[in-house]
Amino acid sequence: MVDVIVFVISAVIVLGGGLGVVLNANPVHAALSLVASLFGVAVLFILQQAHFLALVQVVVYAGAIVVLFLFVIMLLGVDETEDLKHEPLPYQRPMALLAGGVLFVMIMGGLFLSGPGGSDGAVALTGQSAATAPMNSEDSNIVQLARDLFTRNILAFEATALLLTIATVGAVVLVRNQGGEDLVVDEPGTSVG
Amino acid sequence: MEVTDTWYLVLSALLFTIGAVGLLVRRNPLVMFMCVELMLNAVNITFVAFANALDDLAGQTAVFFVLVVAAAEVVVGLSIVVALMRRRPNATADDIAELRG
Amino acid sequence: MGGHPFLADGVDFGDVLLSLVMVVAAFVICLVATMLMVWFERKVVSRLQNRIGPNVAGPFGLLQTLADGIKLFFKEDIIPTRSDRFVFQLAPYLSLVPAFLTFTLVPIAGDFSGGNGSSTVFGREFYWQVADVPVGILFFLAMSSLGIYGIMLAGWSSGSKYPLLASVRASAQAISYEAALGLSLASVLLVAGTLSTHDIVLGQAGSLQTLNVVATGFVPFVVFLIAGTAELNRPPFDLVEAEQELVGGFHTEYSSIRFALFFLAEFMNTVTMGAIIVTLFFGGPAPLFDFPFIDFPHAWWMGFILFFAKLLVFLFIFVWFRASLPRLRYDQLMDLGWKLLIPLSLGWLLILGGIRVARDGNIGIVDDSIGDTIIVLVLGGMVLAVGASLIMLANRNARSERLRNEGLVAVANPDLGTSRAADHATTGPPGASHDTAQVGADH
Repeated sequence: MVDVIVFVISAVIVLGGGLGVVLNANPVHAALSLVASLFGVAVLFILQQAHFLALVQVVVYAGAIVVLFLFVIMLLGVDETEDLKHEPLPYQRPMALLAGGVLFVMIMGGLFLSGPGGSDGAVALTGQSAATAPMNSEDSNIVQLARDLFTRNILAFEATALLLTIATVGAVVLVRNQGGEDLVVDEPGTSVG
Repeated sequence: MEVTDTWYLVLSALLFTIGAVGLLVRRNPLVMFMCVELMLNAVNITFVAFANALDDLAGQTAVFFVLVVAAAEVVVGLSIVVALMRRRPNATADDIAELRG
Repeated sequence: MGGHPFLADGVDFGDVLLSLVMVVAAFVICLVATMLMVWFERKVVSRLQNRIGPNVAGPFGLLQTLADGIKLFFKEDIIPTRSDRFVFQLAPYLSLVPAFLTFTLVPIAGDFSGGNGSSTVFGREFYWQVADVPVGILFFLAMSSLGIYGIMLAGWSSGSKYPLLASVRASAQAISYEAALGLSLASVLLVAGTLSTHDIVLGQAGSLQTLNVVATGFVPFVVFLIAGTAELNRPPFDLVEAEQELVGGFHTEYSSIRFALFFLAEFMNTVTMGAIIVTLFFGGPAPLFDFPFIDFPHAWWMGFILFFAKLLVFLFIFVWFRASLPRLRYDQLMDLGWKLLIPLSLGWLLILGGIRVARDGNIGIVDDSIGDTIIVLVLGGMVLAVGASLIMLANRNARSERLRNEGLVAVANPDLGTSRAADHATTGPPGASHDTAQVGADH
């Protein structure tokens, strides 16, 4: 029963935050809604015994990624409220809503119509239970995860390390102001800050 | 009443749809990025739900990698946005159509 | 691992009640400690600056904080017209809540000299901390990264120039030093082998060698102390509220009770950071070592006294920093974080990991584990030396290229170029010979 209450509350936060990202005209408010949504997801992780992932979710997403978003928004001074009433492309929104609806119906179809079980989500979709890295209840979640990460997935782990290095170098190269030349602003008259 | 994995999957589908629609509708590149993050998180919910339902840790490991890749993606994406917005403040996604930089 | 013993077998009404009592008690202790910290800071800074400091309200001016709080409470609450009302009102709470939540992790008492740090009340065995969560100390990292939201959003929502500058600075500083903080924390976790704060303290009890500050070889502690001070935005890293440049910094537009909340959060964070340092590196409520002749009573309040004695030392160090160190320039701040602390703690983590592998005797280059340790130290030292010289080379090249681009010197005046590079090298990561010497001395 407690599970249901926690699930419902965090599901409302997740979906509300998600809607907030899409509907808020101000990018800072959108970022705050994103944080709320990510928190809800972290709570859902805890509800499913993924303690480590929940914490990493908070540290990485709320602590680094959204802070980075806010930093860029403030640095560039692009925190003005957008005019959401104005719709440059005709029929863009109805079409997007339609596409979203079709997507949702398709996922639901895949979820409830496929497989022998019919309504039993996970088993229906994958058709088999457990296999590669069974969870045992003796070790804590983080120990199990570490063992899986550093044995079966060690190559992928090191590849992500390489990926992060490349991303860092790429970011530095992209935003570097080469040779100290003055910035060329294409649209004079708009303020930067 | 009990929370089954189907609940999580439906929630995840809803969140994914919200993110996808937002990505199609919004024109501010930063907000579009946030919508991508929503979609990634929807997938993460799915992974953890499957890991829990199938008693298989591989789902959680996958989420770990998604987090790392998301971080890398945001770093590169935001630096592109910074490089773009320095030249034309108030640029929307429509302005990125030209590859001249 | 993790969790109070009384929560292990189901939860009944008494368990909930006990948890509530612990939450309230921790909140009160945290608030009182924060109040005393404000008084302590003002008094010590005054003494270091040859002043007397607060001495009117209460004995020794102890009630000064309370008086200030009451005064602020009755001041007019102003919300600027250009501000973003909702976020403006939300920000102080975002800053206060993580500060307190971190404190719930810290074991503040308990008998760790012989006992396992637990006490029993009404047949329920509990630890002297609000929660011993399974992910333990990672929770601290999460909370410290959330604490920055209060400052960032306060600055942004004020709708004013200087607070905005402060919040941009704050976010850059937080992201930079978070990495060094996490990496030095990783060294502690490597040695402790557990995430639970209770188990970390338990593992350090007993002797001087098991204290993490010794067991991790001192460097992670120094990095953690510096990065922690930066994370707190305390002097000499208080660029977020540099009065001379930014008026009042992020809280320029705040008044009345909201300002008081920021003030409270700042000092609560200081107390919490001190408590975390004590827990991680100095064994929290556990005695530093076995006292040879005196047999101290094995009771929970002994741990309480020890913990607060240790905490007081670190609070004094924070105040001392403030009174004696000039504020860093922004580029110096970034250089220190990215070019010194992160490579240093990363290299140290690698060496510690290598030593552990060698000690377990798993690499088997030589038969005995001491020989393996020496080989690991030499190899690790060489790798670190190569890494450090690569970084210094890169620094030097970038600098000379920049100088050439600016048309200043480089070609015309090689002396200036090299002396600048040499200046810079001293701020780079220290050489490996130094590293290995220290590791050798500690193990």
